Amino acid sequence: MPEVTKEVQKKDERTLQKKETRRRISPDVDVIEKNEEFVLIADMPGVDEKGLDLTLEKDILIIRGETSVEIPEEYRLRHSEYSEGRYERRFTLSQEIDRDRIKATIKNGVLRIVLPKADTAKIKKIEVTSE
Amino acid sequence: MLWKEIERLERDLNPWREFERMQKHLRQLQKEIDRIFSNGEFPVSGEYPPINIWTNGEGAIVTAELPGVSPEDVEITVVGKRLTIQGRRKADEVQEGVRYHFKERWDGEFTRNVELPFNINADAVEAKFTKGILVINLPRAEEDKPRKIAVESA
Repeated sequence: MPEVTKEVQKKDERTLQKKETRRRISPDVDVIEKNEEFVLIADMPGVDEKGLDLTLEKDILIIRGETSVEIPEEYRLRHSEYSEGRYERRFTLSQEIDRDRIKATIKNGVLRIVLPKADTAKIKKIEVTSE
Repeated sequence: MLWKEIERLERDLNPWREFERMQKHLRQLQKEIDRIFSNGEFPVSGEYPPINIWTNGEGAIVTAELPGVSPEDVEITVVGKRLTIQGRRKADEVQEGVRYHFKERWDGEFTRNVELPFNINADAVEAKFTKGILVINLPRAEEDKPRKIAVESA
């Protein structure tokens, strides 16, 4: 059994190495703060839900995406203004974000992550009463 | 007979021979490319969206990064050798009381022109959106393709 695990590990390392050779691209983002939530929008053309990988490691949100747009093999790239590859960007989340309610969708190459504020972080109106 | 065998063996083992063979192939390929595209340059104008151009003898594929743009906001026109991509990338609806912490994503109107080294068969042009990338297939016009000329006997 341990040998099998080892083999799997080796294979993983290989695929990882293969991926590492692709160019890393930092996606353009908008981060909007609303009363109840933060919205993070990232342009990731060429990526769909299968190529997307979101992880939350402690306070760090890691956005990763692999592009996959197929061009018939007999065609050669003759002029290039953008490169295909691997998107990656990290954001540190503040304490006011409710980590359990983060939601993400990707559509037409645009990733949208909704990061709700924890109840305590929402703006509360403080009533002023006269004595 | 024996030396002949050795010579063959030597030929097979010589790493430079393989290298030379590859170089020859590459030169041929380069020549072929130069023949099709005089200097390998594509006159382009405009900045957004970034594009890639792929070619083979039958035509070209132009891909453009247009994340979040809907097909009805893009107009593609083809005249002769020229491809024009025009459109608009809408900004997100901005509501009152929101604050931007980052604003890097581009929005606005755009026009890009690309001059291909051959006439385009406008009727056969196909375009589709996939994952925010516009893929335009531009076949070369039939009359532009090299033709074989039959030689008649007198």
